[in-house]
Amino acid sequence: MAALGSPLRTLRGLLRELRHVSGSAYRDTAAYRHVLAAFRAHRVTSEKLCRAQQELHFQAATYLCLLRSVRQHQALHREYHGRGERSPEEVAGLVGFRLPRQPGGKG
Amino acid sequence: MWRGRRLVQALGRSPALAARGRPLGPGGGRAYAPPAERKRFYQNVSISQGEGGFEINLDHRKLKTPQAKLFTVPSEALAIAVATEWDSQKDTIKFYTMHLTTLCNTALDNPTQRNKVQLIRAAVKFLETDTLCYRVEEPAALAELQKKEWDPIVTWAEKRYNVAIGSSTSIMGPNIPASTRDTFISHLASYNMWALQGIEYVITQLKSLILSMGLIDRHITVEKAVLLSRLEEEYQIQRWGNVEWAHDYDLCELRARAAAGTLFVHLCSESSTVKHKLLQD
Repeated sequence: MAALGSPLRTLRGLLRELRHVSGSAYRDTAAYRHVLAAFRAHRVTSEKLCRAQQELHFQAATYLCLLRSVRQHQALHREYHGRGERSPEEVAGLVGFRLPRQPGGKG
Repeated sequence: MWRGRRLVQALGRSPALAARGRPLGPGGGRAYAPPAERKRFYQNVSISQGEGGFEINLDHRKLKTPQAKLFTVPSEALAIAVATEWDSQKDTIKFYTMHLTTLCNTALDNPTQRNKVQLIRAAVKFLETDTLCYRVEEPAALAELQKKEWDPIVTWAEKRYNVAIGSSTSIMGPNIPASTRDTFISHLASYNMWALQGIEYVITQLKSLILSMGLIDRHITVEKAVLLSRLEEEYQIQRWGNVEWAHDYDLCELRARAAAGTLFVHLCSESSTVKHKLLQD
């Protein structure tokens, strides 16, 4: 079984990502209700080895990874890939260069 | 396919509109610009339960697949996750961020028209070229890193499935016995079509059957599986430095895809677990 850390941490991370997705009204979404209900249902159990709880935690961690990675990927896409071709000045700026300027025009 | 058609239609209708706002290339021609994205044409996203499973509604219109079939998924949690994807689109619909929707579309439409046997064969064929089985001899530091990081996973898989896999430094790869292949084929046969589509997706993303089975069996986390899949790249990054718009971009995309595939497999093959929990309440 993979090491996942504390379930509460995963839950907090999930809620943060859901808030990022839906804005301030995120408590009204089906995803918010489903995540909270699932975590509550698996909080206490009579099973000695709680396989279902671990499975749910793995699923939650996977979903958290999905939401987080999509957000980061989208941000990088917007920053670097989403705007088409760059001008030579911009490309030079990306790696910390500046194009030479000639005061008297080209020549 | 349908996106391409719409795009052609959009371009045909108003070429001036499509060209507006794009930078000009050096020769006066248009430089490359990304294709226009579709506007978000709906307000509310909701889920309803139909005969075939759970459906997604965009403002009372039912979501359809690219081949115009009704979009139905077998699990409520999956439907909620898909609805969240549609709801998280802000101004335009960015299909490249909607991995679960894409996976469901693939499972519903089955665009490659493959049956279960063909899917399993394609998945197991990856074992012959599994990333974890191909090792380098130099540089020595990378060879050592591969041994240290990959060997435990290969050993785990050999024990878990009671098979022999091994590794090789030759271009021909390791000699994998036929019994290993048969074991994996009979194991994968226990999954349904939806889960198999997801498993094959994860395998092709991670370029490894072993890592994918580690994810499906919940032995390693997505982050760990992606790290192991990109081990050589990570080694080169440590040595030469990280470039955000290439390395981090790939990392995030691979993580998102691997996580989506894993979640998809688990949500599509878990009905027995759910029933089990319901009986307990």
